[in-house]
Amino acid sequence: MPRTLIDALLAAVLTAVLLIPIFGLRIQVDGVNVALDRTPTPVVIAVVAVFLLRLFKRPLQRLWASWKVPGSWRANSATAALRQTAQHPRARQALWLLLLAVAVIWPFTVSRGAVDVMTLALIYVMLGLGLNIVVGFAGLLVLGYAAFYAVGAYAYAYLAQQFGLSFWLCLPIAGGLAALTGFLLGLPVLRLRGDYLAIVTLGFGEITRLLLNNLNFLTGGPDGIGGIPRPSLFGLEFGRRAKDGGATFHEFFGLDYSGDHAVIFMYLLGLALVLATLFVIDRLLRMPLGRAWEALREDEIACRSLGLNPTVIKLSALTLSAAFAGFAGAFFAARQGHINPESFTFIESAMVLAIVVLGGMGSQLGVVLAAIAITVLPELAREFNEYRMLAFGLVMVLMMMWRPQGLIPASRPPLTLPERAEAAR
Amino acid sequence: MTLPASAPTPAAGAGRSLLDVQNLSMRFGGLLAVDNVTFEVRRGQIFAIIGPNGAGKTTVFNCVGGFYRPTTGAVTLDGQPIQHLPSHRIARLGLVRTFQNVRLFKTMTVVENLLISQHAQLEARLLPGLFKTPKYRRAETAALERAAFWLEKVGLLAVANREAGNLAYGQQRRLEIARCMITHPKLLMLDEPAAGLNPQETRDLDRLINELRAEHGVSVLLIEHDMSLVMGISDEILVVEYGRPIATGDPAAIRANPKVIKAYLGEE
Repeated sequence: MPRTLIDALLAAVLTAVLLIPIFGLRIQVDGVNVALDRTPTPVVIAVVAVFLLRLFKRPLQRLWASWKVPGSWRANSATAALRQTAQHPRARQALWLLLLAVAVIWPFTVSRGAVDVMTLALIYVMLGLGLNIVVGFAGLLVLGYAAFYAVGAYAYAYLAQQFGLSFWLCLPIAGGLAALTGFLLGLPVLRLRGDYLAIVTLGFGEITRLLLNNLNFLTGGPDGIGGIPRPSLFGLEFGRRAKDGGATFHEFFGLDYSGDHAVIFMYLLGLALVLATLFVIDRLLRMPLGRAWEALREDEIACRSLGLNPTVIKLSALTLSAAFAGFAGAFFAARQGHINPESFTFIESAMVLAIVVLGGMGSQLGVVLAAIAITVLPELAREFNEYRMLAFGLVMVLMMMWRPQGLIPASRPPLTLPERAEAAR
Repeated sequence: MTLPASAPTPAAGAGRSLLDVQNLSMRFGGLLAVDNVTFEVRRGQIFAIIGPNGAGKTTVFNCVGGFYRPTTGAVTLDGQPIQHLPSHRIARLGLVRTFQNVRLFKTMTVVENLLISQHAQLEARLLPGLFKTPKYRRAETAALERAAFWLEKVGLLAVANREAGNLAYGQQRRLEIARCMITHPKLLMLDEPAAGLNPQETRDLDRLINELRAEHGVSVLLIEHDMSLVMGISDEILVVEYGRPIATGDPAAIRANPKVIKAYLGEE
C-alpha cells in the first residue's frame, strides 16, 4: 500500500509541475501594466483527480474489467439487420447516395458560419486523404506536407493576381506544380527510410515556409498575397457587381444579391473536389499502383525480389499525394482570398498527420471523419479554445494507447476469383 | 495435381547453361562470407546448395539476386551479366526467390499477394487504371485468372481472401512459391523451403517442385537442410563450408565424398 501512495504522490506532484504554468498562472494585460493572475482552482482539481486515480488504480481496473457490455447491445435484431444491409452492395450504394444528398442539401438549411467552417473541414478532408497516400498506404512518414499545400495556394494566388487566370485553369496548374515539387523532393530523398525521411521532409517544410517569407518579389513576404479572386461558376461571378462586363450569379438567375450564395458555392465546390479526390484515390487503391504502395509498406525487400522498383513506386506515391495537397491549397487560397506564410507552418503539417493517424492509417472513411472532427470540434467548443492543443495531445495519447489502428481501421474488400481458372496458363 | 500427358518435357532446351556463377566472393569487413564460389545451373536442372549453418549459402543467394553487390566475381543469367544490376531488374529477367523466413505481404489478402507479383506484367500506368479502359480490365481479369490457377495448384483457393499473415506456416510457404511462379520465372531460388514443415508437408513440397519443373519448365536453385529432400530431388549439389566450396556432384557422389562427411560429422 505505501508504494501505491508514493506513486500517487509522485504523479500528483508531476501534475502540479506541469499544470501550474499552463492553468495556474495567467498574464493579465491592463493597458501598459502586466500583472500575473493566479488561479489555483483548476490545478487543485486536476492534482486531486490524478492523486485519487493513481491511488485507487487497482480497484478501478478491477471494476472496469468486471463491467461488461450486455450481450443484447451487440446481438439484437436491429444491429444484425443493420449489419446485413451494410454488407449488401445495393444498400451500401443507397447509403452513400443518402449521405451525399444530405451533404448537398445541408448548407441551405444552416447558418453561413456553419457552412464556412464545413468548407474549411472539407479542405482538411482533402489534405488528409492526400497525405494518407504516402503515410497510410505507402508507409512513408512525411512531416512537411504543408509545403505542397503552400505551393498549390501560392500558385493559384500568384497566377490569378499577375496574369488574371481563372480558378478552373489554375486548379490543375496548382496541382501539377505541387506534384512537381513532390517529385523533385522525392528524387534525392526517397532513398532514406523511416525517421530520416521524416526529418528531411520536416526540414523541407520549414525551408518552404522561410522561402515564402523571404522571396518578396514572388510571394509578397510575410504579408502574403491578397485580393485573390473567388472562383466563378461557368463565368458567373459571385460578387455584388461583375468585373469588366461579366455576369453575376444573382443577376443571371434573377435572384436578390446575397453573400450566402458565394459561401454555399464554395462549400459545394469543396464537396465536389473531395468527392473527386475520394473517387480517384479509391480507384488508385484497386490499381496495380495502389497495391504496390501497400506492398512496399509491408515489405520492401519482398517487393524488390518480385521485380517491383521501389524508387518508382515511392515517387509515384509522393507525387500524387503532393498533387492533392496542391488542389487543396488552390481551393484554400480561393476561399480565404488572402494567404500568408502563417497558414503553412509545421503545425499545419502536424494537424494533417494527426488526422491521418486518428482516422486510421490507410482508411478513407476514417480520415474523412477525423478531419471533420478535428476542424469542427474546436469551433463548437470555442470557450475552451485555449486548451485546444492540450486536449489534442490528450486525445492522441489515448488513441495510441487504446486504438492505435485509428477510429476506423482499414479493411480490405474481398476479390471474387473468376470461375474458369483453367483458362489461364 | 496430376501431371498432364501433354506437359512440356524438361528436356526442351535442357543442358544449356542458365545461371553461371564465376569466382563469386563477398566480404563483410574482415569476414569473407563467400570465398571464390563457382557453379553453374543448367536449364531444367534442380541444383542444391548445402552446408552447415553460417556457411554463406544465403549470402550466395543474396549476391546472385542482387541484394548484395558481390566483392568480386561474375554472375550471368541466360548469357547476360547481372552482377551489377539492382534486384528488381534481375527479378524481371526471370530470377525470383523465396526467403528463409517467409516474406509475404502479411496484412494483404492471399490473392493480392499474387496480384502484386504480377505488377511488372500488368497495366500499371495511371490513366488506363483511373478510366478503367477495356485493355486495363482485360489485364486485371487475366491476372485474377492466373492467381486462381496458382492458388488451385498450391491448394490455397479456399483461403484466397484471407490475410496472408493469418495462414498456417506451411500455407505461407506454398503461397510464397506460388507468388514467385506466377511471374513465369526462368530460375526459381528457394531458400530453405522445407524449414518448419512437417514430414508430410515436406513430401508435398518435393512433389510440387518436381511438378513445377516438369509442367512449367522452371529451373530450381535451392538451399536446404533437410537431407531427405535434397538427396531425393537434386540433380546436382554444391557443398560449402566457411564460405568455400568443398564439393560438387550428383547426390550419390556427394554422399560418398569424405570431405563432405568430415564437414558434417567432424573428424573421426
